[in-house]
Amino acid sequence: MENFFDLVPLVVFVPLVGLLINLFTGKHLGERGVGIVAVGASGIAFLISLLLWLAQVDTGYKPVVVDLPLFSDWISIPAAGVEIPWQFRVDTLSVTMMMAVTFVGTVIHLYAVGYMHGDERFPRFFVYMNLFLVFMLILVTGNNFLMMFVGWEGVGLCSYLLIGFWFDKPGGVGWKNSDAARKAFIVNRVGDFGLVLGVLITFWTFGTLDFYKPDELPMAAHHAAEAAEEPVFAPEIPHEAEPHIEGPMGVFNQAEVWLEEGGHDVNFGMFSLSFESTITVITLLFLLGATGKSAQIPLFVWLPDAMAGPTPVSALIHAATMVTAGVYMMVRSNVFYHASDAASFVVALIGATTAIVAGFIAVGQWDIKRVLAYSTISQLGFMVAAVGVGAYAAAMFHLVTHAFFKALLFLGSGSVIHGMEHGHHHVAHGGHDHDDEFDPQDMRYMGGLRHKMPRTYWTYLFGTLALAGIIPFAGFWSKDEILLDALKAGVDDARLEGYLAFVLLVMAAAFTAFYMWRQMALVFYGKPRHAAAEHAEESSNLMVYPLIVLAFFSLVIGVINVPSGFPILGAIFGEHEFTSWLEHAVTYAHAASFNVLLASFAVVLALVAIYVARAIYNDRALETLGQQDPLELDERTEGLFAVAKAKLYWDDAYFKYLIFPYRRAAYWLAEQLDWRFWHDYVHKTVIQKNFHIATEFLTQPVDKGIIDRGFNSLGRLMQIIAQRIRVIQTGYVRTYAWTVLLGTLLVVFIILFPVIRGMLGL
Amino acid sequence: MEASEVSIELYVLLSAILFIMGTMGVLLRRNAILIFMSVELMLNAANLALAAFARQWGNGDGHVMVFFVMTVAAAEVAVGLALIVAIFRTKKSIDIDDLHLFRG
Amino acid sequence: MEDISLVTVVFMLPLVGVFALLFVRNLTDYTVRWLTLIVSLITFGASLLLLRNFDTSVAGLQMVHQWDWIDTGSVTIRYYVGVDGISIWMVLLTTFIMPLAILTSMKTIHERTRLYYVLMLLMEWAMIGVFVAQDLFLFYVFWEVTLVPMYFLIGIWGAEERIYAAIKFFLYTMAGSLLMLLAILWLGNEAGTFTVPEIIEKLNSGELSLSASTGRWLFLAFGIAFAIKVPMWPLHSWLPDAHVQAPTAGSVILAGVLLKMGTYGFVRFNLPMFPEASETFAPYIAVLAVIGIIYGAWVSYGQKDVKKLVAYSSISHLGFVMLGIFALNSAGIQGGILQGVNHGISTGGLFLMVGMLYERRHTKLMSAFGGIWKAMPIYSGISLVIVLSSMGLPGLNGFVGEFTILLGSAGSDVLSWWFTAFAALGIILAAIYMLYMFNTVFMGALDKDENKNLPDLNRYELWTLIPILVMVFAIGLQASFFFNFMDSSVKELVDQVSASAMAAAGR
Repeated sequence: MENFFDLVPLVVFVPLVGLLINLFTGKHLGERGVGIVAVGASGIAFLISLLLWLAQVDTGYKPVVVDLPLFSDWISIPAAGVEIPWQFRVDTLSVTMMMAVTFVGTVIHLYAVGYMHGDERFPRFFVYMNLFLVFMLILVTGNNFLMMFVGWEGVGLCSYLLIGFWFDKPGGVGWKNSDAARKAFIVNRVGDFGLVLGVLITFWTFGTLDFYKPDELPMAAHHAAEAAEEPVFAPEIPHEAEPHIEGPMGVFNQAEVWLEEGGHDVNFGMFSLSFESTITVITLLFLLGATGKSAQIPLFVWLPDAMAGPTPVSALIHAATMVTAGVYMMVRSNVFYHASDAASFVVALIGATTAIVAGFIAVGQWDIKRVLAYSTISQLGFMVAAVGVGAYAAAMFHLVTHAFFKALLFLGSGSVIHGMEHGHHHVAHGGHDHDDEFDPQDMRYMGGLRHKMPRTYWTYLFGTLALAGIIPFAGFWSKDEILLDALKAGVDDARLEGYLAFVLLVMAAAFTAFYMWRQMALVFYGKPRHAAAEHAEESSNLMVYPLIVLAFFSLVIGVINVPSGFPILGAIFGEHEFTSWLEHAVTYAHAASFNVLLASFAVVLALVAIYVARAIYNDRALETLGQQDPLELDERTEGLFAVAKAKLYWDDAYFKYLIFPYRRAAYWLAEQLDWRFWHDYVHKTVIQKNFHIATEFLTQPVDKGIIDRGFNSLGRLMQIIAQRIRVIQTGYVRTYAWTVLLGTLLVVFIILFPVIRGMLGL
Repeated sequence: MEASEVSIELYVLLSAILFIMGTMGVLLRRNAILIFMSVELMLNAANLALAAFARQWGNGDGHVMVFFVMTVAAAEVAVGLALIVAIFRTKKSIDIDDLHLFRG
Repeated sequence: MEDISLVTVVFMLPLVGVFALLFVRNLTDYTVRWLTLIVSLITFGASLLLLRNFDTSVAGLQMVHQWDWIDTGSVTIRYYVGVDGISIWMVLLTTFIMPLAILTSMKTIHERTRLYYVLMLLMEWAMIGVFVAQDLFLFYVFWEVTLVPMYFLIGIWGAEERIYAAIKFFLYTMAGSLLMLLAILWLGNEAGTFTVPEIIEKLNSGELSLSASTGRWLFLAFGIAFAIKVPMWPLHSWLPDAHVQAPTAGSVILAGVLLKMGTYGFVRFNLPMFPEASETFAPYIAVLAVIGIIYGAWVSYGQKDVKKLVAYSSISHLGFVMLGIFALNSAGIQGGILQGVNHGISTGGLFLMVGMLYERRHTKLMSAFGGIWKAMPIYSGISLVIVLSSMGLPGLNGFVGEFTILLGSAGSDVLSWWFTAFAALGIILAAIYMLYMFNTVFMGALDKDENKNLPDLNRYELWTLIPILVMVFAIGLQASFFFNFMDSSVKELVDQVSASAMAAAGR
């Protein structure tokens, strides 16, 4: 099955072909054709990932590097020692990502065919969706940082295009969508700034950007073998390799070698830095990148706005896949993060803080998708915190489960929105007053949808329970593992960030359960609060079946990584299967064992939060719900709710202290400094005017006054002299003849003078 | 041949006399034609001297020069007479004292 | 006289076109247009042969063609042309951009057609001359000759304030190049030759030695002329005027090729001839470059006029190029040269794009647009790619250049780390102004009536933009091919610079 690995470029190329077909012939294919092409491309990509998975299992999880046929050279500058190829990497980590991306992607594509039905730019939508898959798969399959960066920015571009997909909606909505798209791109660029610098430093540290060279095994295998005291894989690493800038090793193994040796310095042209500090700098810069893409503090502000895009986009890009790229990148670089305690501390802190902050803000939102967006940020915070406490496997596990249930929730919300719009249409056609204030995403207009959209309700419930972490749903397993790892990092390794992360994450978990149940109550329970909700209808099968598939996986996907020591399930599905699978690619992945106390505590906490939510948003409160939340009506929580509703004033602060000043400065620079001062004043006034003044001076007093007059007077002088002399001219030929004669005689005399003088004896 | 040889001094003397006569003519006569003839006389005086020196030194350069002078003189006559005719037509006179348009 | 080399052929082809246009009688405008296009295409084809015959393993000049032009006994001025890794892409860029500039004029220039196209070909001739001339004197001649056609292109076919812009452009560049002329004369006199390879050889062998301060003065004399052309902050004031007033083709040539003459000059003359001074001045130039990157990007964001925004963005991009060159290492210089080409392609593309919009709406104010994407989908899609290439999206050409430059400056022996850090800020700022432009013009609701029925691209326009797209992807995805041509030459240059600097340090 080794040959299967050569298929990996196809994972990227199949969606590429799909998008090209739709781009050039989409108009003629019709919705059905476009849908088949797009879903087909995504589906084939999934099948290839599946084959790659089988091949991995078959070959003993050996990582493989595959060159892109024909065009494998990308950037190579021999003189500078730069060699960055197009190279794909198949290992357990990338296969995991590929499978998650293509599977969830295919399901969402299918759903989108139903969701986007009737949109005038239907083909274009699927072009973008397939383009997204292309870039996302480049991101996860690249074997070097720069190729990852291609995918990294590429998905950002797709995100931009898809958030702004409805840029032409009338009434200012289009402009708002466009602005949201731009905000996403620019905020991501801030993160990319960090990532690029990190990549640059990585290059000058290691002389390469390859994760691992071809035929090179991660040290993970080495470590695993040592731990198990049996020779599993002999790492083909020349241990005597000189730490040289163009070493034969990929960055990660090189890093391990240098760390083991210690005392290695990195030379950057003008200064040098110890290797450990370099790693810290690199990881912190990578973290900046991750905060952009994975929407962490301080760059999370773009994700809620990104909900302006069509709902399938929110599900695929802004929940399941793209936003997890930051986590993937950090897990990929686990060797670096493991090596730097300082960076790990910051990562854990940022992740945990984001989790709690976003969870808190989610409580105060009315827009059904915004709640989910903040929830996504919060869950990403869990993953990042997991990376910070060294639980790389747990982070990936949560990434996978989250992909399923968050995609489910988003698609469910899309179904709800569709139902509401349908109802609103119905109302509008029924001759009722057309209500311009109506917003199909505002939960205040919903309510009682449980009976209108039963299948959506049930699947949504699954998603909610999974997100809240109720056993046996997927979220329980992954969240539990993160919490456990955080606590273990604190207790076993005495790391402060372990305790901090644990406390913050437990609180965030409680918030999660609370805001999700608030949402359930507002959307599905009680009675309809608006005519649209009353006439809402269940969505088409094309939309509902994907929900059911995802709901199923949200229930069961957790079993891929049952913690060790868990009764019954562990025996059936094997213990920490997922972690052992990842260990072949992620050097520092480690499994956690089950802790009944912690698990029960987490579940009980979630249940209590749900109970509290249901108590506040009870049927009576829901019926009387106006524009204000019950929390707002309560004096004790009024202030807190206002803060949550205002998103902690985070966006406002950015506008006030960063964006507006930047824009004002830009106008000032452009209009005042560069144009008025430099262009107009200095050039037109100072240089040009002074030049004119100088010219005036030279022409008037100097040229006319001195030079001109000087020559004029000379002329007049000549005239006067000539007046005197002209009388010589008589006009008589004879006079002239005499003159000639006398002149001749004079000349003759002068010539003969010496002779005459001699004759006269003088 | 030796005896009948006329000495060079005599040629030069004759040439000088002729030249002075010509010069006097140019300076003193008022009739343009006569002035013209005097100029010819001066030229021929020079020719005589040239021919004599040529013979004296046995060098052909003098003869060549004479031919040049004769050619120039012929040309001069042609131009000069034409000028005189033109002047006579406008001024009805060839008295050069009547012609002093260049007076400053 | 040696055999006529391919370089001379490429170089003289446009001139043949000029004569054809000048002396053939009774040409219709139609014939003039197509004739010019064909001449420029043949030139491009010939320059592709140049690429084929190029030996990438040779560092020095290739396909050299020379004969003595003026020989005074003590000093020889030669017709000396040839290409190496440094100039080959510049020549190709020129021959690539020119057909596009001509194509875009096809439907837009109706007055004094013949003169216009004569000037275009003259321009091409002079620009190729600048890039292939390896004799200082010859170089100077073409350097100045490029001014004349551009002066008239701006002055005759420009916008409202064309006269002011044309004169400013002319004077600004002229002022700088006079100093260069002095330096050239002095140097030629001292060396007894104007031929650059010979001068460098004499400098290396010690036959001709310049004191440190002389080297610095000469560096400055050359450098100021080049810096004005680039233009480096703060000598950029002529650029927005010239760009905004010039006709589309003029802006394309200006951005695409003329500005590269400045950066090329630094690499071709300043670095190899005055290595010590280069090393001394590198940090100062890099400071100006970084200021230019940030300043240009920032000021772009404050513009209301699309063309002006693009013009200012050039300052930012050229800042990157200069930073790369004065990193004084292989990655930086190669990145700088490639980024020069990239800038020619993407910014040239942006100007084409703005020109097409202007043809339709006769305004360049961003506020007059909005939602154009809906009215002109093909146009907008292509524009998006060009905009992305300009802001350096990985996988497109701009990124490769910027990344390599940053790689160079990060590993530079003469530049401190913060140059790289600040320059990288340009990545963010570029996104800010470019997306601002893209959003205001292309996205948002199509709410202005005038814009609702704008026709999409016609055949000419489509064929003008497609080559640009091809190059955007080709360079972005296969940059190795392009670096391969420069590698040997740049390596030798860097070795020579560092050797000289080392020798100077040892002295």
